[in-house]
Amino acid sequence: MATTASFIIVSRNDIPIYEAEVGSATKREDAAQLHQFVLHAALDIVQDLAWTTSAMFLKNIDRFNDLVVSVYVTAGHTRLMLLHDSRNDDGIKSFFQEVHELYIKVLLNPLYLPGARIASSHFDTKVRALARKYL
Amino acid sequence: MIGASKIKQYSNVLEKPLSKGKQEVSLSAFAFLFSELVQYNQTQVDNIAELERRLEDAGYAVGARCLELLCHREKVYHIIVKLCVMFMPFWLSQGNRRETRLLGILSFVHSTVWKVLFGKVADSLEKGTEHEDEYMISEKELLVNRFISIPKDMGTFNCGAFVAGIVRGVLDSAGFPAVVTAHFVPMEGQQRPRTTILIKFAEEVLRREARLG
Repeated sequence: MATTASFIIVSRNDIPIYEAEVGSATKREDAAQLHQFVLHAALDIVQDLAWTTSAMFLKNIDRFNDLVVSVYVTAGHTRLMLLHDSRNDDGIKSFFQEVHELYIKVLLNPLYLPGARIASSHFDTKVRALARKYL
Repeated sequence: MIGASKIKQYSNVLEKPLSKGKQEVSLSAFAFLFSELVQYNQTQVDNIAELERRLEDAGYAVGARCLELLCHREKVYHIIVKLCVMFMPFWLSQGNRRETRLLGILSFVHSTVWKVLFGKVADSLEKGTEHEDEYMISEKELLVNRFISIPKDMGTFNCGAFVAGIVRGVLDSAGFPAVVTAHFVPMEGQQRPRTTILIKFAEEVLRREARLG
């Protein structure tokens, strides 16, 4: 498992709808803010890159010291972003694909408004389990 | 329950595998539900434009979800498609892919979305002759209009607004904002007019297309 990893889902309207610190490293108070900041900065790059390729998985699009940002852009332009320090590309790709499937299940709920915060505790548990499995 | 077979119970929706989209819904059940949707909305509005807008909004929510689900399913189709490339050239390029080009997303709507929703590809997809930014999807007998006749006093109202909403939902979510409207077009030698879904893309979409070349 990766020592540092921060996962965030950003809606089409650039609003974060899900956030999780999924690394095994002991939490430092300011780390979460730093991770948010780096991921936020990477959004601009994603916006440009997303139209140049039709692939969903964009790996290592941005870096900050030894932290790397990988992104998965879904068909509806929801972005799954992961800040990580591991180099396990296959694991990250599988992680994204499985979370994507979970996201679709949440989205298909007629009572869920696209772009709203994902507050489901089941979703949270599942994402954390996937992170332990793949990252 | 009528015809209830044993359905596996899942503790929550995230455990349940995504449907493969093989089941079909009874047409009469759909028609009944749709007629209720129209009638209910009719009681909430005082003009035709408002009614069309409400139907369109109902469709939009369907379209936005369709896009995400179908693009995910395409990935599964990809293997099968390799075997029948000659018959469905459109599908070839889509395996865990997003559509980034205008024609790609239009053919996605015309074939993939239509096939899932109505069991067949749309009758035709044409480019507007007068304007560069207009495209039309025509259907001789649109499923939602099959059991619907419009009273004379309701003028140009078309229940296809619901389908127009679905198309707008797909396009908008995929990053191709457009104004989509449904119209009746009379056909020679036919009693019933056909329905044309008119798509007018936003300026930014065409600018981006030009840039991508």
